[in-house]
Amino acid sequence: MTFFLEVLIGGLLSGVLYALVALGFVLIFKASGVFNFAQGAMVFFAALTFVGFTEVLPGWTGLAQGTAGNFWLAFILALSSMIVLGIATERVVLRPLVNQPPITLFMVTIGLTFFIEGVAQGIWGSHVRGLNLGIEDVPVMFLLDNFDMIISQFDLIAAGIALVLFVTLALLFQYTKVGRALRAVADDHQAALSVGIPLKHIWAIVWSVAGFVALIAGLIWGARNGVQFALTFTALKALPVLILGGFTSVPGAIIGGLIIGASEKLAEVYLGPFVGGGIEGWFPYILAMLFLLVRPEGLFGEKHIDRV
Amino acid sequence: MKLRNTLMAVAAVATVFTAGHAVAQQEQYIGLPSYRVGPFGASGAALYGGWIDYMAMINARDGGVNGVTLTWEECETEYNNARGVECYERMKNRGPTGNSVFQPLSTGITYSVLDRVAEDKIPMVTIGYGRTDAADGTVFPWVFPMISTYWNQASAIMNYIGEKEGGMQNLRGKKIGLLYHDSAYGAESHAVMDRLAEMHGFSVVKIAVASPGNEQQAQWLQIRRERPDYVILWGWGVMNPTAIRTASRTGYPVEKIVGVWWSGAEEDVVPAGEAAKGYTAAGFNPAGTDFGVIQDIMSHVYAHNRGNMSDRSRVGSVLYNRGVVHGIITVEAIRTAQEQFGTGRPMTGEEMRWGFENLNIDEARLVALGADGFMPNLQITCEDHEGSGLLKFQQWDGEKWTVVSDWISGDRELVRGMIQESAAAYAAEKGITPRDCSAQ
Repeated sequence: MTFFLEVLIGGLLSGVLYALVALGFVLIFKASGVFNFAQGAMVFFAALTFVGFTEVLPGWTGLAQGTAGNFWLAFILALSSMIVLGIATERVVLRPLVNQPPITLFMVTIGLTFFIEGVAQGIWGSHVRGLNLGIEDVPVMFLLDNFDMIISQFDLIAAGIALVLFVTLALLFQYTKVGRALRAVADDHQAALSVGIPLKHIWAIVWSVAGFVALIAGLIWGARNGVQFALTFTALKALPVLILGGFTSVPGAIIGGLIIGASEKLAEVYLGPFVGGGIEGWFPYILAMLFLLVRPEGLFGEKHIDRV
Repeated sequence: MKLRNTLMAVAAVATVFTAGHAVAQQEQYIGLPSYRVGPFGASGAALYGGWIDYMAMINARDGGVNGVTLTWEECETEYNNARGVECYERMKNRGPTGNSVFQPLSTGITYSVLDRVAEDKIPMVTIGYGRTDAADGTVFPWVFPMISTYWNQASAIMNYIGEKEGGMQNLRGKKIGLLYHDSAYGAESHAVMDRLAEMHGFSVVKIAVASPGNEQQAQWLQIRRERPDYVILWGWGVMNPTAIRTASRTGYPVEKIVGVWWSGAEEDVVPAGEAAKGYTAAGFNPAGTDFGVIQDIMSHVYAHNRGNMSDRSRVGSVLYNRGVVHGIITVEAIRTAQEQFGTGRPMTGEEMRWGFENLNIDEARLVALGADGFMPNLQITCEDHEGSGLLKFQQWDGEKWTVVSDWISGDRELVRGMIQESAAAYAAEKGITPRDCSAQ
């Protein structure tokens, strides 16, 4: 039983981190109806930019690597870079494509992916870096001593950070003017424009917020596995979460993440040995596909009804 | 810096096409199907950087090989099979003699061009990767999986573990975890591990990690449940630091993990931070800059700001040095071929194949190259395209790798038998009549 719980809790914690990446997709899809294929690349860009700044700042400011000053200055600079990227994306990529079919917007984000990946490596180089956030990745000793259960302290804290972010964004969407404008824009670009909602500003804000989320996700995943190109693959973990939770719901992303995280780990441990193992790469997609058959809009997605 | 060197290399190649015939005859063209962007760009940059720096050093220090200048051209594959084939086709007729050797540094690309290289008569050298049974030169005359194959590596790792346990007889009753990349590369170890387990009386628990391997909680909880005595990490890319980190968080001692040579570079341990301290991995070249050959590169290339690595601190890293090993073997094959077919002119693919097949880098030659201890000695024959089978083991102390073993070989007799068995099956399937090496 202890082993089962270990797998389950570990999976749930991983699921929260998948949901964190999925959140970036949700934000952009809610506001612009665009499935942002470049979200994984943004996670990579954000983490690489942060680490890059921590490396160059000692030469510029004298703030040594590993100090709080270096960390926070690098964080601010990386966040600023993400905001600039968000605004530039709106100006250069999205603005000329207002009211174009969704597939056009989707295709442009594929191009954006390659651009962001190339720019990130062009500026900071392609070599793999470590990232230390000062959170020890060791088992929680209380659980280990009392229940012989291994739960990662890092994952627990990371999940806490992610949950704070989720709650903040959910409140932003629900109770602020910007949030209401975001939802209006997501519903219908032209209708939102006709009632005076500044579409361009909203898009720039959303892409910037998605950049912020990408930075948080990049820091957490980068600290777990290193800052390297493979961070772009975190998007692959987010896709089944989105299918399950719905593309337009923040709570859906969380619930979807928890279901995917727990089920893939349990499947790997209990079903994997019967089919040769290594199933957690595709199992979530099978699960999401089965789910689609029952509920195409996802758990919390908006049901789309067309009048004919 | 990287851009400038690329431009210089391109300019050198352009010269081959535009200059007069007499000048073109003095240049040996080598096509490099490199990968500097994409998921494995970090590894590719170091590998190809080391290789290019070695060739640049030979040109700068010696004026080339017996007066023949080395020229090269990179073609970006992104570690993608289709692009690898495209690069192969694009480069095969370049230079005065056509491409004289193809070394893709990718098992997938190796398989994709296996038939083409035989047809086009271009030797393919796969150092530490590729198809294991291609070590049987009677069936695969154009392929050279040099130094060590994956099967030999698995056996050498078990010999190393046996040594740590006080002898192979002490492996009886032990449990070995094999955490492998769920791909053809990862599965390469299975057959030989099963055979070794049978021979020495240990058991093997095989645990697959789905690519790319950036999440391994489930696998390491299984390892915690199985409690193996050692874990062999057969990974690549992000799978490696993730494995080391997850091992640490699930309480598995890092000293009991032994990585393969694609799990034993700085790129694999630096991201894992403190968790990687004490981790050991196999390799056919150690890290470090205290070798004559690296010092020569520093003084003849980097001292003149002509180095290929934009980040000079990576010179001497495991993968950079592995790139230098590629350079050494390529240049020595050119030299060997020239001794047979005539110095002062570039070698064709067929002549290069002879050069590789008659390569003999012994201790004395290693000393002369400034590569004593840098790579194992290597003698290739018509039958044996592997040629060495020797590995060293290095341990990461948090800052650098330290060699912790002498050169260790696998069970050559066992592995050779398996290679011949597999190659014979391939020959039968393809209708190939194995060469008679006594007639060569």
